[in-house]
Amino acid sequence: MTAAPAREHAIEARELTRRFGTFTAVDHITFDVGVGEVFGFLGANGAGKTTAIRILTGLLAPSSGSARVAGHDVYTESEWIKRRIGYMSQKFSLYEDLTVGENIRLYGGIYDLSREVVRERTTHMLSRLGLDAATRVQALPLGWRQKLAFSVALLHEPSIVFLDEPTSGVDPITRRQFWELIYEAAARGTTVFVTTHYMDEAEYCDRISIMVAGRIGALGAPAELKSQFDVGSIDELFVRLARPTAGAAG
Amino acid sequence: MSAFRGLLRKEALHILRDRRTLAVVIFMPILQVILFGYAIRTDISRIRLAIVDPSPDAATIELRNRFTATDAFRVVRVLPSAGTLDRLFASGAIQEAIVLDGDFANRLARGLTARVLVVADASEPNSGSAMESYALAVIQGYERDIAARGGAVRIVPEARMRFNPTRASANLFVPGLIAFVLTIISALMTAISLTREKETGTMEILLVSPLKPLEIIVGKVLAYLVIGFVSVLLVVAEARLVFAVPLRGSLMLLLGEGVLYILTSLSLGILISSRTSSQRVAMIGALAGTMLPTILLSGFIFPIESMPWPLRAIANVVPAKWFIVIARGVMLKGVGLEYLWPQTLILLGMTVLLVAAATRSFRIRLA
Amino acid sequence: MRRILVLAWAEVLHVARDKATLAQALLIPFVQLLVLSNAATFEIRDTPLYVVDQDHTSASRGLVTRFSASGNFTIAGASPSPELANERLLSGDVTMVLTIPHDFERDLVRTHAAAVQLVVNAEKGMAAGIVQYYASRILTRYAAELAPALGGGSAVPASTESGPRRGAAQIDVRTRAWYNPTLDYRHYMVPGILVALVTLIGTLLTAQNIAREKELGTLEQLNVTPITRGQFIAGKLLPFWVLGMFELAAGLVLGRVVFGVPMLGSPFLLLGVSAVYLVAALGIGLWISTIVETQQQAMFVTFFIMMIYLLMSGLFTPIDSMPRWVQVVAELNPVRHFVAISRAVLVKGAGLREIQRPFAILAVFAAVVFSLAVRQYSKRVS
Repeated sequence: MTAAPAREHAIEARELTRRFGTFTAVDHITFDVGVGEVFGFLGANGAGKTTAIRILTGLLAPSSGSARVAGHDVYTESEWIKRRIGYMSQKFSLYEDLTVGENIRLYGGIYDLSREVVRERTTHMLSRLGLDAATRVQALPLGWRQKLAFSVALLHEPSIVFLDEPTSGVDPITRRQFWELIYEAAARGTTVFVTTHYMDEAEYCDRISIMVAGRIGALGAPAELKSQFDVGSIDELFVRLARPTAGAAG
Repeated sequence: MSAFRGLLRKEALHILRDRRTLAVVIFMPILQVILFGYAIRTDISRIRLAIVDPSPDAATIELRNRFTATDAFRVVRVLPSAGTLDRLFASGAIQEAIVLDGDFANRLARGLTARVLVVADASEPNSGSAMESYALAVIQGYERDIAARGGAVRIVPEARMRFNPTRASANLFVPGLIAFVLTIISALMTAISLTREKETGTMEILLVSPLKPLEIIVGKVLAYLVIGFVSVLLVVAEARLVFAVPLRGSLMLLLGEGVLYILTSLSLGILISSRTSSQRVAMIGALAGTMLPTILLSGFIFPIESMPWPLRAIANVVPAKWFIVIARGVMLKGVGLEYLWPQTLILLGMTVLLVAAATRSFRIRLA
Repeated sequence: MRRILVLAWAEVLHVARDKATLAQALLIPFVQLLVLSNAATFEIRDTPLYVVDQDHTSASRGLVTRFSASGNFTIAGASPSPELANERLLSGDVTMVLTIPHDFERDLVRTHAAAVQLVVNAEKGMAAGIVQYYASRILTRYAAELAPALGGGSAVPASTESGPRRGAAQIDVRTRAWYNPTLDYRHYMVPGILVALVTLIGTLLTAQNIAREKELGTLEQLNVTPITRGQFIAGKLLPFWVLGMFELAAGLVLGRVVFGVPMLGSPFLLLGVSAVYLVAALGIGLWISTIVETQQQAMFVTFFIMMIYLLMSGLFTPIDSMPRWVQVVAELNPVRHFVAISRAVLVKGAGLREIQRPFAILAVFAAVVFSLAVRQYSKRVS
């Protein structure tokens, strides 16, 4: 099989665009994500974050532009991309009527992991999370479900993991724990592509991009951006970027 | 009351937005009436018949001609011996055979008993026995005529087919089809739509609103009542225009009874949904639970009188059975409420019971 | 292969955990099979008869007795009034009215011929023709019975040993029903109804399956995995295929034990055909499921298809009497072929050679439907 050539970029997007009828959800966005980076993808609701993530994971074909994920083209090699990535969707998407262990075994099998590997990683994962394999997922509180979904997305040790608003609706303490999990993954060399609308979380990222109405309004490390735009917090920057558009629209 | 109006508007929007479902619900009955109006035939015609006539003669030719003359039979083979019948039956080339004895004409002429054997492919017993009786009826007519020439004692029946003299299939099936389509559509739509609200959690929002359970139910089904009524109108119009199915009674009565029957089916749907928690369960319950019983136990195809008594008893709880009596009564017999009041009352009673049961289990869930 | 199995196993768990669905999938086919197999008959017994006897003679009373003793009719009412008879006919509680005019006996004695009137309620179709035939058979027999007393000839031998009788023609008709000599319709209906039920449940479960995952959002998670479309469809099909095989086999045993359905052919041949048939039937369910967006849509489409399946399957009404173009359409109905095969194997004792044509059609159908479902299923969202 083709091993991806060594490269510094996990994701490269060039003028990536997606239209739905007359509405342009993603409008010529261009960015790179380095290997091992924690990349924050920020934006208001409806700014095009989920559309962008769906294009990059191969769920949605772009209308124009180009993108490579883990060295594979999103137009022609989406099935290759799928072997190299993990994905956690905005809507909780493990099976609630199955137990924790059954969900893990299902995805382990789908990613062609051997039984031994699945068993070993399950034990490790459950002890790290403090979960019991026999618990039905529907009995878990939201925060636990999100941590489980994240761990299942990492089960096959993908080189890139896409997280679509993983912490939305989660209490602050659990959010904190969740970010610890993200850092652990990054420390193992996994590239993390995470969307959020919590601006404080932006500070945890190596680099962020802020999407406004389908375009990238700002791109860079949080500290850089604050000094570049001369703002005290990312929150402030976000409001400033969002407002002119709102004014123009209204 | 304004909350109730809001609910009505929301339901109407739901239905109008889901174009695909709407199209299916409106066009499916029309298409089905066309398809089944042509396809379903319980009367048997053009039976492929072989006649084995070892010694042809005026008498046997007369008998053969009688078979050729009816629409029921198509004489495809006249054979000198019965040797090849096996093969013809097995290949399906013939469905029935009349085997005359070698001395058939001879014995008849001498006033002796002549022998005839009627063989029917009964692998399909219902048509098997029908084919058999058709053949026997032809032979009987022949026999009666020769008897008349000989001056024998005979009782001549003058038979009349009332209400559907040509026994046209469409006349029989259209009333049944209306019942069938309405049951499934109304029961299915409501069962699914209420359960869907439960599954997606939007039911909770309705339940915390000031609406009473009954108002919620009425609001949910009113839109489906309208859809059901539109499909009754379309199907009746189509039956008249395409198949010239008679409408001997009052159109208003038929439509009124149609609305009553839709209400019964809707109530059934509500009851199913009030007892189930997932769309899957509601769906299997409403479709797999009602489809075959509605076809088989309603008199739609098979006459209920022919069934063993436990089934006749069970058939009484199938609402379609009563509506089919009503629809056939109004359309084919031209009778009115003076004859149909018992069936109407039964449907009314069923509706009340179903709604009461549904409202009750709705309340229990709330408590 | 392992991907197919883990997906199938997850599906087994989904159904096994959903107690209500499991109960429905297991109970509905067997309960309905036991009950409904008794319903599908056109056999006429106990036709309610109304007698208008205007003659009131021993001959007319004798005729009424013959009707009530025939086993085909029950006297539901009698009066000399045609109006009352008409009313009962309109209200639907009698199926036939027999009117004996008041010169009945006199005519019989004087001219050896008398007329009676039969009015049959034809609103239920085929039954009417058979009722009429039964009635005229009773009339002929009765005339033959009266013949010696009246000194005339008879048309039918009154007793089984029949000597020559002057001036009368006699035809001794024997009948033979091939393939099903006892004419037990249940032997014939049980395999058909079983097929219909298993198909109904299987198509419903598969049709709502993927639609449900679309609604729940769990499908998206599967779509970002490297599972191929063929593996996905196969994994979804497998558990329901096993369920279907189990239900068909159990239903056959039930039919054998409860209804004494003959098994002239090989039951294993039938199970082999079932294996192919179920791929076709369930494949259609999955195909529907990949096309629709919601479970509600899945159900309506399933309903529409099931209706065509059932009413054009030859299960209830013979395909032979349908118009030519409908017969052509019916060739596309897998239920029709499988019903025909199961009846042929069980009741007629057909072997592989006799069923090769419908079997080949089913095999092609299964292959086409499966690949259509695979092609239709897209791992991208629209």
